[in-house]
Amino acid sequence: MKSSVITFPGSNCDRDMDVALKKFGFKNKMVWHDDNELPKSDLVVLPGGFSYGDYLRCGSMASKSKIMQSVINFAKSGGLVMGICNGFQILVETGLVPGVLLRNKYLEFICKNVFIKVDNKENFYFKNLDKDIFEFHIAHNEGNYFCTKDQLKEIEDNNQIAIYYCNDKGQIEDQFNPNGSIKNIAGIFNKEKNVLGMMPHPERMIDQSLSGEDGSLFFKNLINNIK
Amino acid sequence: MLVNEKVAIEHGLKADEYKKICELLKRTPNLTELGIFSAMWNEHCSYKSSRLHLKKLPTSGKKVIQGPGENAGVIDIEDGDAIVFKIESHNHPSFIEPYQGAATGVGGIMRDVFTMGARPIANLNSIHFGSPQHKKTKNLLRGVVHGIGGYGNCMGVPTIAGQTSFDSSYNGNILVNAMTLGLVKKNKIFYSKAAGLDKPVIYVGSKTGRDGIHGASMASASFDEKIEEKKPTVQVGDPFTEKLLLEACLELMAGDSIIAIQDMGAAGLTSSSIEMASKGNLGIEINLNKVPCRETRMSPYEIMLSESQERMLIVLENGKEEMAKKIFDKWNLDFAVIGKTTNTKNIELYFDNEKVANIPVNILVENSPMYDRKWKKAKLPKKNKIKKETYSKLKIKDVLKKILSNPNVCSKEWIWQQYDHTVMGDTIQKPGGNSGVVRVHGTNKAVAATVDSSAVYCWAHPITGGKQVVAESWRNLISVGATPLAITNCLNFGSPENEENMGEFVECVQGIGEASKYLNFPVVSGNVSFYNQTKEIGIKPTPSIGGVGLIKDYKKMVTMDFKETNNIVLIIGKTEGHIDQSLFARTILDEKNGPPPEVNLFNEKNNGESLLNLIEKDFIKSAHDVSLGGIITAISKMSIKGNKGIKLSKSKNLMNELDYLFAEDQGRYVIEVKQENLKDVVKILDKNSVHHEELGFITEKDLIINEKTKVTIDELKSYNTNWLTNFMST
Repeated sequence: MKSSVITFPGSNCDRDMDVALKKFGFKNKMVWHDDNELPKSDLVVLPGGFSYGDYLRCGSMASKSKIMQSVINFAKSGGLVMGICNGFQILVETGLVPGVLLRNKYLEFICKNVFIKVDNKENFYFKNLDKDIFEFHIAHNEGNYFCTKDQLKEIEDNNQIAIYYCNDKGQIEDQFNPNGSIKNIAGIFNKEKNVLGMMPHPERMIDQSLSGEDGSLFFKNLINNIK
Repeated sequence: MLVNEKVAIEHGLKADEYKKICELLKRTPNLTELGIFSAMWNEHCSYKSSRLHLKKLPTSGKKVIQGPGENAGVIDIEDGDAIVFKIESHNHPSFIEPYQGAATGVGGIMRDVFTMGARPIANLNSIHFGSPQHKKTKNLLRGVVHGIGGYGNCMGVPTIAGQTSFDSSYNGNILVNAMTLGLVKKNKIFYSKAAGLDKPVIYVGSKTGRDGIHGASMASASFDEKIEEKKPTVQVGDPFTEKLLLEACLELMAGDSIIAIQDMGAAGLTSSSIEMASKGNLGIEINLNKVPCRETRMSPYEIMLSESQERMLIVLENGKEEMAKKIFDKWNLDFAVIGKTTNTKNIELYFDNEKVANIPVNILVENSPMYDRKWKKAKLPKKNKIKKETYSKLKIKDVLKKILSNPNVCSKEWIWQQYDHTVMGDTIQKPGGNSGVVRVHGTNKAVAATVDSSAVYCWAHPITGGKQVVAESWRNLISVGATPLAITNCLNFGSPENEENMGEFVECVQGIGEASKYLNFPVVSGNVSFYNQTKEIGIKPTPSIGGVGLIKDYKKMVTMDFKETNNIVLIIGKTEGHIDQSLFARTILDEKNGPPPEVNLFNEKNNGESLLNLIEKDFIKSAHDVSLGGIITAISKMSIKGNKGIKLSKSKNLMNELDYLFAEDQGRYVIEVKQENLKDVVKILDKNSVHHEELGFITEKDLIINEKTKVTIDELKSYNTNWLTNFMST
């Protein structure tokens, strides 16, 4: 299985993603933001970081970089595109997934483990996983998902909410919402479910010596689903 | 502007220093030259009050590849790998502008590390604020934490450990010390020594602006009520550009075109160019019109003294300019050939086709002033006689509650949750433990790092305090199973012109030297920050020690959380009941006098090495060194982290229970061992003559101190975790 990770100026989880993808069997290539063409890929990942310093709205500069046109075309033709953290912010800026990511409710960067609940398993990313609640890691300043009422209705009607913040029992309540996201949303799909944007970093949960192994389950399952 | 003594004094130079400049030059300097002298001869850059004493520190050892004198120290961690590390202060700017001051402190120290070819793999910090009641404390703390996070998070380097304290002596002068560790191959280390004639001198990175002019001079003076006016001397950080600069430099460093490289830190282009020339015993010629500037009409004086961030100076091999430029173009960074190395041994500056400065390099460096300042020896204070009846009114549980929620003991999660501590995917021990630990990417090795200081002990008796900080650093590394290798120090003191402050400096350095020599724990880098002083009031002497150690097999790393019910908990090292200067004496008994606990270096070494031996044999399930707040504080933290209780047995020790539990005797660790290993552990400890006592055994829940005193884990947690969050949200 072939994957591509895009490096933007200021990306800083690109190496971590490369390590994770390779660990679980992907043949991964790093792709420079200024390239025109994507290499042949089964999965494209927009990694975390601070593309262009996030000095404008997070992700907005990166969403206009050269390679993104190919990524958008790839996504529109049904290719799998996953944006993590800053990658999620870039995805909303391209319009591939709906909504926006505002600054965290308490105006502070948050780095910690959180629990998330997978809501929709009828997609390449989560199908065949044998549990619903995962412990993932977040590290962001702008992860407060927001959208209009109409958008929310549309998202819900189309089952586009991928994951919610919750507790270890899977309860989706305000007190388990780390950043103020509307409806505790931690990740969403496009309508077709081939594009996934999420704030949590599965690539930081691939080793018991680090924060845990739930990321390993995610990647192992992902590569099996793509095969 | 005409240069005279008055102008020189306005530049922070002393009258006799100005006289010396005129004598050495055999003429009056022009304004640009005077600016260069003031930048090179201030305390921050010249170490004129400290050099004499720093020479006494042990700086070499089997593992030392590079000691002080370069951008950072370098130690060998085997298999061809090396760790580059250093700590540096950014105290003065952080008080004036907390966000930018702290951010650029972090940026500056990372640059020092990657200048040497190392990729930064971990950041640490030691930050000290005034009393929580002081009106500025909350905003300063928030600003500093946001600044550290803002820079480090964007760079994608994990912040893995730190220290925060509050003390009214920092009301007018906070401390912000930032430390970085980088990983490099031993044969790919870059230095700042220029070599060869007519080699191109290259400027890369951000453009030069008018920010930070005289930053180093500002950091070499005491504060007064007009300090807010100094805001323009604080630099403005751009972590995004630094991230690009890091990647571009490492890309260029993969080849072999660099002769020397030096970051532009304090005193910017001035100190970087002069340092490279001085180390290479060469001259350097710069055309200032070629320097990329952010603003128009910048004068030679401003260009030379700007402390704009994210800039580097490189001496390149001839003919490599085009190749190097391509790399910096790719990363959208400025690249300019601004001069060349010469054989004149002078620094010669040109601007608008005119020579605007010409100074022999050795005058600036070797002839810079060095002072043997007067200093006062500190006496060891007499022991306090605390009336025993004061004790009888105290309940252990009440005291424990106060100690665990004390600002200097309580959990600092509010702070470190704002730092990305997991990026790079190798953090195997996050903040809040004994040391932060990161794996050496792709290997079985891990590097542990800690930063410590004990201003109260140093204030009570500087020699003992100096020793204690080094010993504590050593213990924190051993507690995670790391072999301590070397330290970096950041020496924060008041004015060296005050005999008492100078005495504190001299004797703390003496203590640090003694301990680091005895423990074979050499000082490989560091920085001195004097004039942490507002008018006549200086801070408590606060040397911060950054320690680094190696874990050969990261699977053997030890953490401090209690692991398993029924395991036995022991204490290593003798408890004598030393209460003076303990948190208990200072905050509960309100007794601020007396000597700090004595540091017995033989016991430190013996106890520490014995524990490492036990860890190597897999006997230790958890470990924590005993420091602030004594045995009971250490145990409480291990309980909280492990979500397990402990039943303490009645101590065979005859001393008062409060003394036993809250004393801060040194050289001690609390350890957890399995019942079946107890015999072997005791045998090894006895064989090595290490004092040990059994404290109790681990239970499912509750800390049971004696028949009358029981504390639940939830109570412990609420004592320990709420203070800072509540403080910052009100």
